[in-house]
Amino acid sequence: MAKTQVAIIGSGNIGTDLMIKVMRTSQHLEMGAMVGIDPDSDGLARAAKFGFATTSDGVEGLIGLPEFDDIEIVFDATSAKAHVANAAALEPYGKRLIDLTPAAIGPYVIPAVNIDEHIDAPNVNMVTCGGQATIPIVAAIARVVPVAYGEIVASISSKSAGPGTRANIDEFTETTSGAIVTVGGARRGKAIIILNPAEPPLIMRDTVFALVDGGSRTLEELAAEITESVEKMVGDVAAYVPGYRLKQKVQVHPIPADQPVETLLASPDEARPTHQVSVFLEVEGAAHYLPAYAGNLDIMTSAALQMAERIAAAKEN
Amino acid sequence: MSTPIYVQEVSLRDGMHAVRHRITPEDVKRIVIAADEAGVDAIEVAHGDGLTGGSVNYGPGSNSDWEWIEAAASVIKNARLTTLLLPGVGTIEDLRRAYDLGVRSVRVATHCTEADVSAQHIAAAREMGMDVSGFLMLNHMAPTEVVAQQAKLMESYGAHCVYITDSGGRLTMNDVRDRARAYRDVLNDETEIGIHAHENLSLSVANSVVAVENGVYRVDASLAGHGAGAGNCPIEAFIAVANLSDFKHNCDLFKLQDAADDIVRPLQDRPVRVDRETLTMGYAGVYSSFLRHAENASARYGVDTRDILMECGRRGLVGGQEDMIVDICLTKLAEREAADA
Repeated sequence: MAKTQVAIIGSGNIGTDLMIKVMRTSQHLEMGAMVGIDPDSDGLARAAKFGFATTSDGVEGLIGLPEFDDIEIVFDATSAKAHVANAAALEPYGKRLIDLTPAAIGPYVIPAVNIDEHIDAPNVNMVTCGGQATIPIVAAIARVVPVAYGEIVASISSKSAGPGTRANIDEFTETTSGAIVTVGGARRGKAIIILNPAEPPLIMRDTVFALVDGGSRTLEELAAEITESVEKMVGDVAAYVPGYRLKQKVQVHPIPADQPVETLLASPDEARPTHQVSVFLEVEGAAHYLPAYAGNLDIMTSAALQMAERIAAAKEN
Repeated sequence: MSTPIYVQEVSLRDGMHAVRHRITPEDVKRIVIAADEAGVDAIEVAHGDGLTGGSVNYGPGSNSDWEWIEAAASVIKNARLTTLLLPGVGTIEDLRRAYDLGVRSVRVATHCTEADVSAQHIAAAREMGMDVSGFLMLNHMAPTEVVAQQAKLMESYGAHCVYITDSGGRLTMNDVRDRARAYRDVLNDETEIGIHAHENLSLSVANSVVAVENGVYRVDASLAGHGAGAGNCPIEAFIAVANLSDFKHNCDLFKLQDAADDIVRPLQDRPVRVDRETLTMGYAGVYSSFLRHAENASARYGVDTRDILMECGRRGLVGGQEDMIVDICLTKLAEREAADA
């Protein structure tokens, strides 16, 4: 059976990494076109060298390509603002859109948590790199105990943050916070992103903090149940992001009585959580485009690829 | 000829780190009234990590930023009400809320090499009509020419002032002189320069004076030096030196002394001073807000606070990476276990 043709809009770091993944690792997909706005971009040059159709005229250029009719899935790796315009331009053509910006027009998808929920949605959003790395863990905790508050801290190397990421910091925090609630299952979410310029560049690190209600469990029981669930989830994510790993043992502690955690809750009237869970993660990239420190790139493109594979496989069945 | 300066009181923002972001709105009012009556130009109010910095990573506040800002706005008369915003932690939406509560000046803070993440926030603050400064944190971590170019970027986004923000209390007096001159060389004449010093190497007053002598206009200082690490530049000592140095300002030395000793110092549950831990921060160039988190982690995991801080410096951690403190402890424990096995 013929593979499903895809186009990628955005010839920066994310789009180029995704193109390489489609070429090297995909079962059901093949590259149809690479779309940029800068004719001198490295991503377009590489795509042309590989023999794919390219255009530097953005989404209108894509629509004008002779290959456009055969393309079924369009990845958008531009920026939140550009995605709104791109989605509107593509709307009449019935293509499936996978949005790698924080625009969040469509529902959030974190493959390890809800890949099958939005399999038919015309536009799905891949949240953020930090969200892909951490929200599975929030969900893994939330399937054991109620999570009153989920917080994630994503530290990425400065070199791996392109201009799109830098101009979208608020969208990152807002989109990730939203998905911690809607996909992760926490009652309130907070997201923090840090850029670190250290040399050699640091590998992406992500930390998840959750304030939970441990119920009648002993500390040992609680820690054991949460650890088991988190470790299983890490395995599920690592199945599509091989460099994803738990860096330290899962930490579970009672919340000290003097800690004013009530100021973090969705409502000051809700019951005070009993325990803090801390999970320390590392995401090493596959080094398809940027070097291995750029795990943030890898987890985003891997998640988007996973979603596209599922859509293509569903169509084949 | 006297040199004019602009004095910003920071004990209700940087000082939040010193008390783990726990202070009642009543105490906020007492400090604002005292600082305002003592003649400071601006008073900064927020969680230590800026608007909506309240979190597990940085410590939940006893109150929201909004409660603190409302308290300050209800009593402030002459000074400019200011706040702090760290892109990546707080958002433009948060800044709008602060504006609605009466804040008219903001500092937008980034690591000293990452100025471009502040473009949206500086522009938005300008659109709201606010006084805006860029705050280049952990300034010692990049070469002088590099931070000067980053200052130029913040100016290009619309900042009225750009700071040499010595978050680690790591700059020496020559460093401050060089940076002030380098900022002055690249910035437009009308763009102001600020100094934000920490006391970790016991240089905060000296560094602030050297800064003013080299073209800096805005000086951060706090009552009793109330701030992260060994604290900020103690305002009462700085104003005494400013008087002796013929700097032109509107502060009353004795009123500041009274506020420092009678109101602020009694709030401290850990002394704010140069001691082995805080000196180590200056020595290793570690973000001053890591102090209390490192001490907590040390107590929980049995790893020496100084070992944690030195490792923070070795790893090149930047502001906001408090989560790595526990990571360092767990790594050291694992190494210890492996060595014992």
